[in-house]
Amino acid sequence: MRAAFERRRHLVDFAVGSLARHPTKNLGLVVTYALVVFLVGSVMLYGSAIRREAAAMLSSGPEITAQAMVMGRHDMSTSADVAALKGLRGVRRIEPRLWGYLWDSAGAANYTLMVPPPSDAAHAVGKGEAIVGEGVARARKLKPGAMLFLVSPSGKFLKTRVKSILSSDSALVSSDLVLVEEADFRAFFELPADVWTDVAITVTNPREVTTVAEKAALKLPRHRFVTRADMSRTAEALFSWREGLTLALLAGALVAFAILAFDKASGLSAEERREIGILKAIGWETGDVIALKLVEGGLVSGVAFLVGVIGAWAHVRFFAAGLFAPVLEGWSTLYPRFPLAPSIDALEIATLAALTVAPFTAAILVPVWRTATADPDAVMR
Amino acid sequence: MITLEQVTKVFNQGRHNEVAAVRGVDLTIGDGRVTVLRGPSGSGKTTLLTVIGCLARPTTGRIRIDGEMVSGLPERFLNEVRRRTFGFVFQRFNLIRGLSARDNVMLPAYPTGRPHRALIDQAEGLLDRFGLADRASLSVEHLSGGEAQRVAIARALINDPAVIVADEPTASLDGERVAQFLAIAEDLKRAGKTVLITSHDPRITAAPLVDALVTMADGRIVEASP
Amino acid sequence: MIFHPPILALIGASGLSAVVLGGAGLFAGRLLAGWDPTNGSERQIGLEKTTHLVSTVVAFVLTLEAASLVLFAFNADRMAPLFVGAMCAVGTLNASVWGFPTLWAKIAVFFAAFVWLAVDRVDLRARDWALIRPKYAGLLILAPLVLAEAGFELAYFLDLKADTITSCCGKLFGEDKPALGGDLAALDPRVALWALGAALVAAIGLGFGARRRRWAAVALGPVALAAFGVAIAAVISAIAPYVYEQPHHHCPFCILKREYGHVGFALYLPLFVATGAGLAAAIVAALPGTTTSRATIRTAIGGLAKTSAIGFTLFGAIAAALVWRSGLALIG
Ligand SMILES: Nc1ncnc2c1ncn2[C@@H]1O[C@H](COP(=O)(O)OP(=O)(O)OP(=O)(O)O)[C@@H](O)[C@H]1O
Ligand SMILES: [Mg+2]
Repeated sequence: MRAAFERRRHLVDFAVGSLARHPTKNLGLVVTYALVVFLVGSVMLYGSAIRREAAAMLSSGPEITAQAMVMGRHDMSTSADVAALKGLRGVRRIEPRLWGYLWDSAGAANYTLMVPPPSDAAHAVGKGEAIVGEGVARARKLKPGAMLFLVSPSGKFLKTRVKSILSSDSALVSSDLVLVEEADFRAFFELPADVWTDVAITVTNPREVTTVAEKAALKLPRHRFVTRADMSRTAEALFSWREGLTLALLAGALVAFAILAFDKASGLSAEERREIGILKAIGWETGDVIALKLVEGGLVSGVAFLVGVIGAWAHVRFFAAGLFAPVLEGWSTLYPRFPLAPSIDALEIATLAALTVAPFTAAILVPVWRTATADPDAVMR
Repeated sequence: MITLEQVTKVFNQGRHNEVAAVRGVDLTIGDGRVTVLRGPSGSGKTTLLTVIGCLARPTTGRIRIDGEMVSGLPERFLNEVRRRTFGFVFQRFNLIRGLSARDNVMLPAYPTGRPHRALIDQAEGLLDRFGLADRASLSVEHLSGGEAQRVAIARALINDPAVIVADEPTASLDGERVAQFLAIAEDLKRAGKTVLITSHDPRITAAPLVDALVTMADGRIVEASP
Repeated sequence: MIFHPPILALIGASGLSAVVLGGAGLFAGRLLAGWDPTNGSERQIGLEKTTHLVSTVVAFVLTLEAASLVLFAFNADRMAPLFVGAMCAVGTLNASVWGFPTLWAKIAVFFAAFVWLAVDRVDLRARDWALIRPKYAGLLILAPLVLAEAGFELAYFLDLKADTITSCCGKLFGEDKPALGGDLAALDPRVALWALGAALVAAIGLGFGARRRRWAAVALGPVALAAFGVAIAAVISAIAPYVYEQPHHHCPFCILKREYGHVGFALYLPLFVATGAGLAAAIVAALPGTTTSRATIRTAIGGLAKTSAIGFTLFGAIAAALVWRSGLALIG
């Protein structure tokens, strides 16, 4: 027991010493390795941070959204539709909503114009006022009190004074928001007084969401009812898919890296070959040399993995994953600028290790074995 | 006691460049004696030495060390026997550059799992015995040829083996160093070790401490005395 | 197919394992055909050298497969929001017919690789290659198992589609459900815990007794396997509800969740190691050894059996602690 422990300790000592004796030998490998971990890690950490963000945002939305459909396309709901839903059992609140998109040629970006619901007192806006998202404020260089001019597609003007700027808690979704008063909204988009974009339904008992949606669908057969679970599923699927796709694109880099590791482990210098020959000749076994080389590989992996993960974390935390954000978020011009909170959990670390350390180890196994089975009598000649 | 029965070693078996380096050798090496293998270049001395020293498996034939059959043992146990029985001094010393003399001496003991502290003491004791106490921490590439050989001998002794094996130990040494080597060999013999040397250096083959001379030619033993 | 990073990692890992073990299986065939340690031919020396490679890669695959089993369960739990009706791993596994077969195959591979490596370690300690032939014959079983697992897993992930309507643990482990899960859930917790106690005592007793009596080591195999089954049944019937503090929540997967402090991992890890070590001890004991290596093999069996006994003890202690700590009273 003690001998086995000492034996292992000697091996690790020798491996550390061997790496220290050839400091430049593995430098290139460690740098490449860390870079690969950094790239893959950035994608994963950013993806998970963004999914968490989306989940947080959805959890504050309505449980059911009802949309009128005409020939399979979204249409406006009417006050009559809203009235039809009233009195449904299990429903706590029914709120018709007004919102729409606006292409802003000045900022070269899409905004979401929205009327805050009456229940949302914190974001109430008066006539001629607006509350804007962080992205809009940045694009138009707005501060509270500044004037915001908007031009509708039909050429109508809306002149508002910025009341406040939305905090960046759920910036990913609110970044492009412009909240305006209802009369301003209708006048701007030339909407009649009794139409609404959709209807938000809040349910008393969260377990009855599906039942309520089914019952409501009977009352309004021409409406589509989307539950929050549906939405979070879509968001989860979308972001996971993008993350997976980006990783699949990085697969080429992973394969190249594995080939590099294989090459590096196969092409030992004459000096290293000699050292291993000597070790075997003076009494080390094949198993000892394999263990020695794997410990060396493990040290390389450990250093590179640590550096790569810390780098990826910083990349996401402080630079909002500047390298990958466009791919992962979509192609909106208004990226949110907010500190993402990458939280490193065991699943992510395990996945990252499976994607990087496993191919590295697999790539060096055969070369290591070849090296270790060199004949011990070779040093005699 | 080491006995060989009908030992052969064939390289590149079955290929066009097949070489039968050792052919049907029967040999007994007695304990506590100095045995020298001599013969012309290419006669198979080094090959026979590697087979006796368990560095290579014989292609056919049997080798017994103190009665235990070692040909056919799995590598792991062959190594155990080898560490216990043999200490090697190579022609080109084969020290690991960049390591201190002390660390080089300790290397063969690593797989035995003896505690580090004990190994250090033992290595320093051996270096001291060969007059190298002040060189213990020096990296081996700074040593002279004679010093390097003595470090190599110290390394061969770290596991306290019964047999010291040296391949052409004096090929690169001048007269004074050869005398020094013979003195050490004498010492070892007196301590009860078996010494096995290959050499065609007359300074060795004619030395008075040699107990047995074995002459090889073309992979066979042509003369063994006594 | 859902492009999800852990899925890519899992497919990569099982693909790698399959390739590696496919190669090892081919080598096993060559070895069995031409093994002769008394011969010093280059062919034999080559075979002996390659056994080092095989030992190393199977150890690598076992590590990979153990990690992949954990990752698989963890990921199934994490993916639940993608499927309608899924609340935990069960929902995700049920989202395709290949889900549970993949899980069973992964568990089988884990045990098989564990046993193989244990036999390998014992063989390496024997001076005369005592177990080399059964060992490589075993590789011919392990290799197809790993290939099948990789195939199941690939089929599962290719088949998996978001928005699939699935049924979760409430359905599978509901007390009124006709399936096996339902039967286990409906099992009287008192009976389940007594059975668990009896099985653990039997396994632990055999485990500590196996060093001196060969029959005990051989018996440890089936008993460990039975204890594994009884332990899972007890988790479903009693231990899980104690953890959730809800008498009708029986899911054996939800205890892996963060909400319950990942306590499931602490519970399952010793159980898996104990079962694997018990099976390994029994198989080594049942194999025909050689007279020269008898003592080494007996020591090794003793070590494996002890590991098994300690693992079962640990499992029992953790289960008892969970029941003790719980605010729920299932048994009056
Ligand atoms: N690894 C090998 N592969 C092929 N042939 C070999 C190998 N090692 C040795 N030989 C051949 O075996 C024969 C014996 O070689 P060996 O080194 O044993 O001779 P030696 O007596 O030690 O010679 P020297 O006095 O030159 O050291 C030589 O013909 C050599 O070329
Ligand atoms: Mg020679």
